[in-house]
Amino acid sequence: MADTLVPDFPMPRAARCPFDPPPALKELQQQAPLVKVRQWDGSESWLVTRYADQRALLGDPRVSADPDRPGYPTKASPAAGEGKLSFIMMDDPEHARLRRMVTAPFAVKRVEALRPAVQRIVDGLIDDLLAGPNPADLVETFALPIPSLVICELLGVPYADHAFFQDHTKTMVHRDATPEQRGQASREVAAYLAGLIGERVTRPQEDLLSGIAGRVIAGELTHQQATEMALLLLIAGHETTANMIALGTLALLQHPDQLALLRESDDPRFIAGAVEELLRYLHITHLGRRRAVTEDIEIGGQVVKAGEGLIMVNEIGNRDPEVFADPDRLDLTRDARRHVAFGFGVHQCLGQPLARMELQVVYGTLYRRIPTLRPACALEDVPFKHDAFIYGVHELPVAW
Amino acid sequence: MRVELDEPKCVASGQCVLAAPEVFDQRDEDGIAFLLDETPGADSLDGVREAVAVCPAAAIRLAER
Repeated sequence: MADTLVPDFPMPRAARCPFDPPPALKELQQQAPLVKVRQWDGSESWLVTRYADQRALLGDPRVSADPDRPGYPTKASPAAGEGKLSFIMMDDPEHARLRRMVTAPFAVKRVEALRPAVQRIVDGLIDDLLAGPNPADLVETFALPIPSLVICELLGVPYADHAFFQDHTKTMVHRDATPEQRGQASREVAAYLAGLIGERVTRPQEDLLSGIAGRVIAGELTHQQATEMALLLLIAGHETTANMIALGTLALLQHPDQLALLRESDDPRFIAGAVEELLRYLHITHLGRRRAVTEDIEIGGQVVKAGEGLIMVNEIGNRDPEVFADPDRLDLTRDARRHVAFGFGVHQCLGQPLARMELQVVYGTLYRRIPTLRPACALEDVPFKHDAFIYGVHELPVAW
Repeated sequence: MRVELDEPKCVASGQCVLAAPEVFDQRDEDGIAFLLDETPGADSLDGVREAVAVCPAAAIRLAER
């Protein structure tokens, strides 16, 4: 039967190449621009393998990000807690209306103003790391707390509540947490954020939650929508940034020549370029961007029909040899700015200026302050997050 | 050269500001891009081309003369 020829998605990575896309995915990219793949629930969707087609389709108004549309390839069963996350799973014009309510604090200049605060957070965590036991788990001590504390800063979570916030956000992404525990932690954080928004409605301050509260007062958002939006900003920026910090550090430790370039540079432009290359090379959203086709579209010599699903794995788009020469090589000196690690089209990551700045501070500080940083276990013993929504490492034992 | 920005298409990704900060900026109220200079000099050409290439909403056009 022809059915048996449809490959399963996702595919396994090669054991010795945890930073590279699965070999089968690379093969499909060489074979055809669009390939049917089968998912966990038996449904078949189009896997879009090439950079130019991924950008074209993600930017096409005939595709929908709404998981309720026919053909939308859901990442997992609803029990896994993927949920419908505010505007990232909506289409325009409602998507644009909601998105524009929270874009201001992520503008490049606003984010730049946060840089000293992020530097303080990173320096403080490195002080704590150096004062604590050696070896240590870099994920727990450094990678996860950074985005959590930065989000506290951005949203306006009072200092006294940072411990609660860190504790619960950690549970939300922890591998040893049961789905019930994750759900419970998520509900407690949501209730906490709802409370803060309520406070800001009566006593506005200069923070992101006050901006959202203002929309509630103006009748543009319900309290529920406002809470979902705050939770989305937290979830979207937390595990993603943490995984880029830990996985990026591991990749650099495996490429000592590249790590040396970063450690020895104090040129902000070089560090910014290095961040772009690590975003291109690592690409943590390994399950791809998902869309449903709403009108027939001809692309790559193929017609994708209304009611069919699309999976854009930007990880292989970023390794497309048509766009990036010698794409499987980590080269911090290359111009990698055209990568699609943040997606493309109207849904492209709105927090990207913040993610970039956080990673610039982290990569520009950690290896200079701890020049002897090294892995405390063999690469094959590092637990990679093959099954998670966001790729990375569960733990990264390091010594110095 | 002449730069055109289709403001309603902008999704405030900020990528144009990173690529050519002398040509693009973002509004305080919602981060939507605006032009600081509609007819920048040749020095800005590479930056503006990069902005056109990375804009996720295809909201920037460059007319070279």
